[in-house]
Amino acid sequence: MRYSALKVFKEAMTGHKGWEPVWREPEPKAEYDVIVIGGGGHGLATAYYLAKEFGITNVAVLEKGWIGGGNVGRNTTIIRSNYLLPGNTPFYELSMKLWENLEQDFNYNAMVSQRGVMNLYHSDAQRDAYVRRGNAMIMAGVDAELLNREQLQKECPFLDFDNARFPIMGALAQRRGGSVRHDAVAWGYARGADSRGVDIIQNCEVNGFVMDKGVCKGVTTNRGTIKAKKIAVCVAGSSGKVMSYAGMRLPIESHVLQAFVSEGLKPVIPGVLTFGAGHFYVSQSDKGGLVFGGDIDGYNTYAQRGNLPVVEDVCEGGMALMPMIGRARLLRMWGGVMDMSMDGSPFIDKTGIDGLYFNGGWCYGGFKATPASGFCYAHLIAKDQPHEFAQELRLDRFMRGHLIDEKGVGAQPNLH
Amino acid sequence: MIINHPLLGPRDAAEFVYLGDASLMNRPDWQSTDAGNQFYEYQYLRDNPAGELRELWYHEQGDRSWLVVTRNTLTHAISKVELARDVKLQEINSKTKTTAAAKKGKKA
Repeated sequence: MRYSALKVFKEAMTGHKGWEPVWREPEPKAEYDVIVIGGGGHGLATAYYLAKEFGITNVAVLEKGWIGGGNVGRNTTIIRSNYLLPGNTPFYELSMKLWENLEQDFNYNAMVSQRGVMNLYHSDAQRDAYVRRGNAMIMAGVDAELLNREQLQKECPFLDFDNARFPIMGALAQRRGGSVRHDAVAWGYARGADSRGVDIIQNCEVNGFVMDKGVCKGVTTNRGTIKAKKIAVCVAGSSGKVMSYAGMRLPIESHVLQAFVSEGLKPVIPGVLTFGAGHFYVSQSDKGGLVFGGDIDGYNTYAQRGNLPVVEDVCEGGMALMPMIGRARLLRMWGGVMDMSMDGSPFIDKTGIDGLYFNGGWCYGGFKATPASGFCYAHLIAKDQPHEFAQELRLDRFMRGHLIDEKGVGAQPNLH
Repeated sequence: MIINHPLLGPRDAAEFVYLGDASLMNRPDWQSTDAGNQFYEYQYLRDNPAGELRELWYHEQGDRSWLVVTRNTLTHAISKVELARDVKLQEINSKTKTTAAAKKGKKA
């Protein structure tokens, strides 16, 4: 079934009786070519690109709960590719290009809205750093634009420009950044993968790997043992737990990031705004809610909830940036568990165990990377060679000393 | 979260700075032949368990002591709080005792 305006019109005329389930609910087979562990955005995207780009359709996606119930349902839906370092920029730009054609590609409305991302600066030094970042982006083929105070004031008159402590001097804008309807990303990829023959198996929790002479040959689950030639782990947030079944220690700690939504308001914020003097970022959803967040809580946790000091810190950041936010009432808040890596950058790599592949360490930047992560991971699984834009995202980079540390804070995951 | 400081009583976790797994107290021997690999594992790899974890918290907004807190990463429940200093001293004491005992054993 293809979605189109004509189809919507036809269904409206015939009482909406012709809509079908978007994916099947198959029983797991005994063996597959590839098993993807984790039915989140990245796992479903991996299965989709495996089937579509690399012709591997005998694939199962195993999900312990329901698909899209993890971090793809718990983020702040922002997409951008404003990275500085060579290992990151081409990868995130590939992701941005995939976002731009995503809806046509998988025939599903993901509400990709390129309304712009603005990183505010508050001092001369910070402006210089943003000029450098902007130039690095432009050299890598990404769009970047430096706005001064007057230009920014025209677009965002509501900001507290004359804040006594952190006056706003301007912003680095990426106009192609924006936001996406997060659930639709998971559903669209699931539908696209399913229609090409991928089995999406929900309520199927992996609790071990089948190892034979050092080669990974399958997984044990609460629904029995399933064999496969290649097993691809894609469970950011729970990577430490799942990889411990294979006896692996990772350069990753699990941390919680909280996010918040206000009640629905009429349109007040044009794009995505980030505060440069504290950790606070905000955008407005299509339903009108202000979606905002800040720092991670800072201690290891697998609980999908945080503590109050960070809530206070985030709200203080919001008040310092745009005092009008104090009039909005908070509707919901939640926490998502992040794979915080040792340099703030992710991994798409082989594991050293034959047949076992790893994708994780996305810190709090996993959502924007979803299409490129799926694409590059599928490339790695299909060809056993890293994609050219993901070849720096390796597990052994700490051993080699080739870190991709955007913030330059060292091996301290709660500071990235 | 409330951390029950062994000297100061219950304190808000916001007074503390978090470092991470308490195994960071055990620096590898820089003179060992395998030092490069050992320091790589010490610096970059983590157990990251879902469950009980011993971790280092620094009381920056208080008495500036380092604590070893045993906390469950699934529930945030804290089961034990010790001064890092005491933990390290105990370790050293038990080590010297065992080496002393081994020496005695050799003499006998």
